[in-house]
Amino acid sequence: MEENLVLKTNNIGKYFYDPIKFKVLEGISFDVKQGEFLTLVGKSGCGKSTLLYLLSTMDTDYEGELIIDNETLTGKKPDRLAEVRNEKIGFVFQFHYLLPEFSCLKNVMIPAMKLGKYMREEIEHRAYEKLDILGLKDLALKPASKLSGGQQQRVAIARALINDPKIIMGDEPTGNLDSKNTSIVFDIFKELTRGHNQTIIAVTHDNDFAKASDRTIELLDGKIVNLNKQWD
Amino acid sequence: MIKGVNTEIALTHILSRKKQTLVASLGVTVGITAFVFLNSLILGFNRFFDDQIFRSMPHMRVYKDDEISKSLLSKKDTSALNVVVNPKMLNKTKNLLNPQQILNEIKKQPEVVTAAQWVTVNLFYTSGKSQMNGVASGANIKEADAMFDIATTMVEGKAGNLESVSNGILIGVGIAEKLNIRLNDNLTVISSLGASKVMKVVGIFSTSNSISDKIKSYMNLSSAQQLLREGPNYVTDIYINIKEPDKVVEYKPLFEKISGYRVEEWKEANETFVAAAKTRSVMMRSISGAILLVAAFGIYNILNMTIMQKLNDIAILKATGFSGKDVVKIFVSEAVIMGFFGTCGGLGLATILVNLVSHVYVGGDIGFFPIRFEPSIIAIGGFIGMFVTTAAGFIPARNAAKVDPVEIFRK
Repeated sequence: MEENLVLKTNNIGKYFYDPIKFKVLEGISFDVKQGEFLTLVGKSGCGKSTLLYLLSTMDTDYEGELIIDNETLTGKKPDRLAEVRNEKIGFVFQFHYLLPEFSCLKNVMIPAMKLGKYMREEIEHRAYEKLDILGLKDLALKPASKLSGGQQQRVAIARALINDPKIIMGDEPTGNLDSKNTSIVFDIFKELTRGHNQTIIAVTHDNDFAKASDRTIELLDGKIVNLNKQWD
Repeated sequence: MIKGVNTEIALTHILSRKKQTLVASLGVTVGITAFVFLNSLILGFNRFFDDQIFRSMPHMRVYKDDEISKSLLSKKDTSALNVVVNPKMLNKTKNLLNPQQILNEIKKQPEVVTAAQWVTVNLFYTSGKSQMNGVASGANIKEADAMFDIATTMVEGKAGNLESVSNGILIGVGIAEKLNIRLNDNLTVISSLGASKVMKVVGIFSTSNSISDKIKSYMNLSSAQQLLREGPNYVTDIYINIKEPDKVVEYKPLFEKISGYRVEEWKEANETFVAAAKTRSVMMRSISGAILLVAAFGIYNILNMTIMQKLNDIAILKATGFSGKDVVKIFVSEAVIMGFFGTCGGLGLATILVNLVSHVYVGGDIGFFPIRFEPSIIAIGGFIGMFVTTAAGFIPARNAAKVDPVEIFRK
């Protein structure tokens, strides 16, 4: 693996068995460089979300090979994969997915508390910092369930950032947001890649969002048809 | 990992659904209360009946068994069959040989609390024309008191008076009433062998058993021996009390070996009672067990429901790096917290209940309601409460750990 690669896949394939055996992904091989803002596009059912879940290590039922940060993760034990997710991957989902009983601050702090790299006061300080980047410092102590969709999504991004992950993965991170919030989230992503050299992989069907990213991989029927889609 | 992130999540879950937590904890409270209360009841009942028995009976009794006449012919000739026609009990004396030495040997054993030589006489108490039959125990009053705690049952006179008055007698309050006899009156007794003796009443006792108060009396060993027309070496029984009356069966062979005579322990003499006590215990234990089981199901149910509602949260936790073990820890902690408060509440409530009930006066021979409170029951109740709730929490927690986050996110 080259020095500045953070993620690499070798010939990944996956089957669905229900209702019939069906190959969703075939021969997926690509690299992601440090600091790259990568988007995955394709029609509904082309397997782009499935691929993202494979990359996230949550789905382990595949063939081929997945390497993140120079570590081959294929065939690793679930506990190790959980550690990797905790330390190296940050998630942003389509439906924000915060823990509703906790305050925004706690939501951001929980992955860091799990990692246990810093003292509690330090974690709290860092969580405030991340919320500040996303313009949410004033809402830190509000319960997550009281926030609007766009605000929740920004808290989710802050949570994804808390452990300084190698990669942020987004599954339609703007899919459930209005255009104003979409542009906010997009600006944040842009700022993260430009300003903080953060690697981002996002699945999207929003072409404007994809166009503005560094590189776009296009999938069709479970295969990569374009490793660097050029927009007209 | 920072200590307690799992616990903190568990606590937040619990605090955000106080009502459900309360209901589940109350289930455990009821279960543990029933468990401790019923067990205290069994213990109280059994102790009470044990006390009743040991008031009139020693833990073990050494005595000479009756013998049946045997054939005098030798059994060497196996081809012939020797028949004793109409075998009878041998008319031998019933006394133990060299009782003092046997007693000394028995008293040397470390398990023995007290031991006493004993002579039992069947006799009539007479006063004028009225007669009552009864049973007198001849014994050293000090030893007898140590065994049956006679001094605390005295209503008139003192048990120790027997030592200074050689023809003294202690009688039950029932005898005194019927024969109209008071302290220091004379009382003529006639034994079954026809010997009569004028005794001086030096004490009147009242046990909780009104039947024995109507027949029982205590006298000095020598008086009893005189009534049986025997000498000072005549002793029919040696009574033994040991430290742990429940273990009599283990010690029985030892004392048979020391004395060379048959030993009867209280359990074989009271088989019906022992069986009844066992039945009671089994009954109450199964009832309390059933209640505990219901409480455990309460915890199981509520945790199961929580997990069904929290599939999303579990998926997020897993996505952000919590392993299956962490998820199990979170939900088992919730069960443990609910179980802990429920158990504490149960132990507290049971303590109050047992206290209240033990102050209820039933009257009669029983007095206050026989319920007993022991730290060991609290300890066992606490342990069982925690164990059952943890186990009940573990099953749904393990299912939660198996949740596949991808499946949740795809919905």
